[in-house]
Amino acid sequence: MLAEDASFTVTHVHPMRTLDGITLPHVLRFLRFVTLPGKKKMAARIHGGAGAGAATALSTFNPKKLVAPSRTNLPAARSSKRCIVAAAGSDASKSLRVGHSQKLIANAAVATKAETSATTGTGHELLLFEALQEGLEEEMDRDPRVCVMGEDVGHYGGSYKVTKGLADKFGDLRVLDTPICENAFTGMGIGAAMTGLRPVIEGMNMGFLLLAFNQISNNCGMLHYTSGGQFTIPVVIRGPGGVGRQLGAEHSQRLESYFQSIPGIQMVACSTPYNAKGLMKAAIRSENPVILFEHVLLYNLKEKIPDEEYICNLEEAEMVRPGEHITILTYSRMRYHVMQAAKTLVNKGYDPEVIDIRSLKPFDLYTIGNSVKKTHRVLIVEECMRTGGIGASLTAAINENFHDYLDAPVMCLSSQDVPTPYAGTLEEWTVVQPAQIVTAVEQLCQ
Amino acid sequence: NKRGGRVKLQPMVMPQSEFDHAEKEGALYGKVMVHESVEFLLVQKPVSVAFGRFAVKIKGGDMALSRLTSRSNGISRPLSTAFGRFISTDTTPITIETSLPFTAHLCDPPSRSVESSTQELLDFFRTMALMRRMEIAADSLYKAKLIRGFCHLYDGQEAVAIGMEAVITKKDAIITAYRDHCIFLGRGGSLYEVFAELMGRQDGCSKGKGGSMHFYKKDSSFYGGHGIVGAQVPLGCGIAFAQKYVKEEAVTFAMYGDGAANQGQLFEALNISALWDLPSILVCENNHYGMGTAEWRAAKSPSYYKRGDYVPGLKVDGMDAFAVKQACKFAKEHALKNGPIILEMDTYRYHGHSMSDPGSTYRTRDEISGVRQERDPIERIKKLVLSHDLATEKELKDMEKEIRKEVDDAIAKAKDCSMPEPSELFTNVYVKGFGTKSFGADRKEVKAALP
Repeated sequence: MLAEDASFTVTHVHPMRTLDGITLPHVLRFLRFVTLPGKKKMAARIHGGAGAGAATALSTFNPKKLVAPSRTNLPAARSSKRCIVAAAGSDASKSLRVGHSQKLIANAAVATKAETSATTGTGHELLLFEALQEGLEEEMDRDPRVCVMGEDVGHYGGSYKVTKGLADKFGDLRVLDTPICENAFTGMGIGAAMTGLRPVIEGMNMGFLLLAFNQISNNCGMLHYTSGGQFTIPVVIRGPGGVGRQLGAEHSQRLESYFQSIPGIQMVACSTPYNAKGLMKAAIRSENPVILFEHVLLYNLKEKIPDEEYICNLEEAEMVRPGEHITILTYSRMRYHVMQAAKTLVNKGYDPEVIDIRSLKPFDLYTIGNSVKKTHRVLIVEECMRTGGIGASLTAAINENFHDYLDAPVMCLSSQDVPTPYAGTLEEWTVVQPAQIVTAVEQLCQ
Repeated sequence: NKRGGRVKLQPMVMPQSEFDHAEKEGALYGKVMVHESVEFLLVQKPVSVAFGRFAVKIKGGDMALSRLTSRSNGISRPLSTAFGRFISTDTTPITIETSLPFTAHLCDPPSRSVESSTQELLDFFRTMALMRRMEIAADSLYKAKLIRGFCHLYDGQEAVAIGMEAVITKKDAIITAYRDHCIFLGRGGSLYEVFAELMGRQDGCSKGKGGSMHFYKKDSSFYGGHGIVGAQVPLGCGIAFAQKYVKEEAVTFAMYGDGAANQGQLFEALNISALWDLPSILVCENNHYGMGTAEWRAAKSPSYYKRGDYVPGLKVDGMDAFAVKQACKFAKEHALKNGPIILEMDTYRYHGHSMSDPGSTYRTRDEISGVRQERDPIERIKKLVLSHDLATEKELKDMEKEIRKEVDDAIAKAKDCSMPEPSELFTNVYVKGFGTKSFGADRKEVKAALP
């Protein structure tokens, strides 16, 4: 397994990737990627179990600069780049900086200290929404049965530009602009899937899919079962959710907590351009209905991804930063808050292991379990509400399965059980902030 | 009122008065017209005079004519019996007039003369009798607690299923809500599968995991079988979309009832179908009651065929299998060329909404028996068969006995079938992925590799 993965991922573009997977037979990749604006090009390539090359990058992560729901065009200017550095494990960890700025900063000033160890990678840099678009386009090229339906996906190009250019390329029959009727067009997508097409249904905002809950629950999730296996529903339902930048209560919903108990569906959440493209492709190829949760604030993340075709495993979690002291489980946008907190924690001497669970249904209890067995402490950081969220289910699952390995109770940091307010300061406090994560880790690691 | 609220509860109008209701067009009008038409079918006049207003034209030799006259004269009985059996394999074309004209909205109604054949007539009778018997048997099984949960019976509405099947192919899709037993049968399902599924056995069409409301038959494009009414219409439009996408030249019949006709998703789906020119046909089986709510209490506009507004519609006498056949044929041609169309089938169900509903708290038994006497689809076909001399009373009775035995055999066989294995609880929740690197959702299988 490892070798297979190696052939796909190791030799390609990601600078500073360390495969810690030698001891674990399954792929536990962690991404290390650095992107620079413009001139300084730096890449380090790791082969096999070679030592980690570390790159230090001071970058300011600016998730605020995003396409607002008022649908102004994205600034295509190269200046609005975001850089993300995820910390690598082992020796160089001290020198790693992960910066996440909470303020609106137009230009990211990035200072990097590069340690190139091998030849330059042959990947290409793009933003997360472009990665999604690439994945979608490749799958549509590959399989003529893939079609996209949603509001404003066609001629408008998608409200977050994920489907930009597809309508011109594939025509009106494959990239369908629907009227505003989520219930009906989700139902239509499912009906088309029953006959063998593979629609990708876009909810302009995940919250709008509440109108289609009946179709998603009854017809999408359950049809394979109630028909005794006769019909498969290979749909992908995707859309941005999560708390944005002052979008208001109804446009800041986290639907993963509502959908999680529907039997028969799979849910995944993407967080980086690499896994966005990989998960999109895997979801389209999957025979099961998959709900792909994107996040409004993550569409402008930039990363270098391989040129080659690759997909990500739908049921697998991603090891972001291996560590020894505590396991931090997170997904989607909270990953970045966690990584920022990790930087502080590392300075204070802690060694957190950060896992991006990616697969929200079913949980990757294998990866999580191995991590718990190693560190014996778990902190879950999520954006869902406290009541009935993904974290709540994950807490229950970990307690059930790994109770004997825990040295401390599982702690879960979630959003407050309130509708997301409009005021910026209030909104900031509904979601988990890095400072709270640091406090929680310190508390758990006493 | 007594509980201190301010709402004044109006007394419920007695069901009988529905016949006086101005907007209740269908049932009574249908009754009157059919009565007349049936009388004319039993022609008593000599040959030289034309066969009344509703002519039954028989193409064929003088032999047929003489048989008819001889029958009406009451002599030479043995002759007709002797020929009765001979006719049953003959496919002499027959033209039958529907008893009621079609009412159209935004389109030209099709003609009232329906092309049929003797074989088809007998087939209709046989299949409808089979459906009727199956539903009655399901009734007794439910009362014997072998069928549990919800059981929605279709007796009285068989003509809709039969007429539709007569003009479509296995590529044309049908999707309906939970009153799906007979449609499943019409699509080629077997009695054994039906009863096994109803009783929750593993040989049922959905392996016992679906139940009465979830019958599906993929190879004959029968897409079920849905519990939440209204939701199947967008699904049906999606199937029509797929048919258009792969250029299949097939249509989809999305069936729903007068109760579900008030769901918003229907109008949403209709809007999209009209926008994208999808070959979808929305069939409203108007049996005048949405469970316990009469049509006039649920719908401001009882003309369901007009509800499409910009979408053409046709109102059909749903108890006349030939009218249904003609309408479906017309609709199929229309949908392939011009996009969606709505058909309203004016029909009636004898049982209650489901087995837990006696069916008489919101309508009178007189109404039920009245419709049964005057509009019953099987009786109508029977009279046609007898008047065309295709079989005798006795033969039809024998056929019914045969059908009864067939149904009983199927039930006995289904009773013998075992319940599903406990491990079946977990199968078919997910499709095991292939072509991707994945474990499969339960993480218990080997990863499959990328192609």
